Amino acid sequence: MVYSTPHLKAHTMTEKPPPPKKTWSWRSQAFRGLVYQIIAFAVIASGLWWLASNTLYNMQVRGIQSGFDFLWGPAGFDIGESLYPFDSSQPYWQAFLIGLTNTLRVAIIGIILTTILGTLLGVGRFSRNALVRGLCYAYVELFRNVPVLLQLLMWYLLFTEALPMAVDAWTLGPLFLSKGGLSFPIPIWATGHLWGFFGLIAGCFVAWGYRRWAIRKFEATGQLRSMFWIPLLLTIVAGVLGWLAGGAPAELNSPVKGEFAIENGGSLTPEFLAVLIGLTAYTAAFVAEVVRSGIQSVSRGQGEAAAALGLSQGHSMKLVQLPQALRVIIPPMTNQFLNLTKNSSLAVAIGYPDVVSIANTALNQTGRAVECIAIVMLVYLTTSLATSLLMNWYNSRSAIKER
Amino acid sequence: MTAQTFQPIAAREAPVKTEGLVAWIRINLFSDVPTSLMTLLVGGILLYTVPQFLSWALFRASWLPDYDACRVEGVGACWGVVTEKYRFILFGRYPFEEQWRPLLATALMLALLAASCMRAFWKPWLVILWVVVLGVFFTLMYGNTLGLSKVETDRWGGLPLTILLASLSMVMAFPIAMVVALGRRSNLPAIRTFCTIYVELIRGVPLISVLFMASFMFPLFMPQGVSIDVLIRVLVGITLFAAAYMAEVIRGGLQAIPKGQLEAAASLGLSYWQTQRKIVLPQALAMVVPSIMNNFIGLFKDTSLVTIVSLYELTGALSLALNSDANWRPFKIEGYLFITMIYFFFCFSMSRYSIWVEKQVNKGKAS
Repeated sequence: MVYSTPHLKAHTMTEKPPPPKKTWSWRSQAFRGLVYQIIAFAVIASGLWWLASNTLYNMQVRGIQSGFDFLWGPAGFDIGESLYPFDSSQPYWQAFLIGLTNTLRVAIIGIILTTILGTLLGVGRFSRNALVRGLCYAYVELFRNVPVLLQLLMWYLLFTEALPMAVDAWTLGPLFLSKGGLSFPIPIWATGHLWGFFGLIAGCFVAWGYRRWAIRKFEATGQLRSMFWIPLLLTIVAGVLGWLAGGAPAELNSPVKGEFAIENGGSLTPEFLAVLIGLTAYTAAFVAEVVRSGIQSVSRGQGEAAAALGLSQGHSMKLVQLPQALRVIIPPMTNQFLNLTKNSSLAVAIGYPDVVSIANTALNQTGRAVECIAIVMLVYLTTSLATSLLMNWYNSRSAIKER
Repeated sequence: MTAQTFQPIAAREAPVKTEGLVAWIRINLFSDVPTSLMTLLVGGILLYTVPQFLSWALFRASWLPDYDACRVEGVGACWGVVTEKYRFILFGRYPFEEQWRPLLATALMLALLAASCMRAFWKPWLVILWVVVLGVFFTLMYGNTLGLSKVETDRWGGLPLTILLASLSMVMAFPIAMVVALGRRSNLPAIRTFCTIYVELIRGVPLISVLFMASFMFPLFMPQGVSIDVLIRVLVGITLFAAAYMAEVIRGGLQAIPKGQLEAAASLGLSYWQTQRKIVLPQALAMVVPSIMNNFIGLFKDTSLVTIVSLYELTGALSLALNSDANWRPFKIEGYLFITMIYFFFCFSMSRYSIWVEKQVNKGKAS
């Protein structure tokens, strides 16, 4: 049997007739699609125009000024807590900036704590110990079925009512916990710390180099070296060396119990603690479910196959099961992180000066509703997009590489 | 040759028991050393805290609506705050003598929600039932007809408001979500772009900013002289918010429909809308019922946010009830625990229901 290959066929075949001329018709799908799109565009555009013209007219009638020029005027209000000093004569844009840093501060610390707590709870659901299993289940069901706002209010109430006054603060070593918040020692700034910081950065580079070398060695010889502990150790050692080279400054600014308040040291306000703990406790319940379903999604056979190949328990977990579970875990985990960031806006209910709270105050003082709400929305949109871009990048790294 | 005598070997030991309480405890609590240590640690903590909590919440608690009794040394939880204030917490500022109306309306609404969860009611006339019950709900709550006195919406509050906000916005969000989900998968670029922008914009901002918008900016959007009730404005805000999230859920269902279904529909000569209505949506929606249920739970919890824009639903009503009363204000935590229990009851039963539905949906597939 001889099959003709395509290029042979091309020689033997006669010229193809040209494709039939496209006949245009009123009923063609392309035309109807175009009409639908034009109609949709017209409807939406006119709706927006209507809203905008109403808004402009209303603002004119009510004498509401518009524009972002108010951002450069003095704010006229104080902010309870800020990363850098702020007083009421500073302009609005700095107030907004402080709100933004407060939001980011609670969101970033919250995300880290949530990941740890949520993972522990999610793994705990598979414990061989029935008590641990039951406790994790009870935690998840309890915390995710109660509104986060209610939880925040309760934490705040606990912090402001149940804790002792500053004079009889609960003391744990150098830590003080009272109605005034949590006080803790902070190192006093010295140039030696800068040296330590440089050491850490140098350590990171060394660790990165080591990892590359170790991976190349592994691919060439099959010898597996520690890819996590040794780089970590290298980084820490480099940091400590830098710190020692800088003269090892170890002076601490420790809090002391004063007459009315805890003085000196670093401190976290009860508002911050309530928001942080409330958001962490709430989101961790969801993260636990995400982790649980991720672990469940890896079929049992994978672990058995790894064992049959002679991989140890730890290697089987690290090289076979975890990478597959992560693929399922990461997308919903991103959603949870975004939820946490967005839920941090509820801080306004308990008076933590996050960006929504600042915008609310600014709105009440200047009456520029459109501008203030636009700023809030912009802030959250940017954070959301940035987080999801970052997580998408990480996700594409851990996704299946199909060939 | 010696005669071989029969020598029975020692009997094997009985196998370790794997059933019964003792065996369960051994397997689940004391299987090896780390597990046993963990059991002792966790068990110790539980034995220390749980009796203390129970003693505070039940045995030493004061149940009478008497705030002096609560201030006695050694008294635990003061549930008197609930016995005293439960009508204010449940119905907000609704006129006291008229509170049978929200009670009846809430009962009707709950019955409707329960009925909507049952398969026997999944018929076209359920829609009519919804319209009727919502009509009765508003008539009962607002009054002004049938000899009922008029009660303005700013006096509505408590549980009826929570349930109304959650269920009505869910019902209204559903058709929007369906259209947007189809739009996001449309071949027409302009429509796809609009739907994508809408969904991503809403999902990127917190609900609270949408509520602020509904409460502060919405009046500016309307033509001069038109003023819309704050309840309606907030309802619109929550609906638009919920629709974006639900659209994503429905889109997930649409994506799971195999392409062959669409091709088969096309080869049968069905139009776009016929295909969607008869082939795609029934399959997709059945698949996403559990996720929609989860959305609804989220929405139910999110209604607590309207208290920030001064609508006194359950959470707001509690603050309103206690902040104005110096005698009871110190016992706010008991009040919070009370509404926590209400929220937990609703959300937990809904999540159980969603698990049940999921099993029902998967029944056909397991084979």
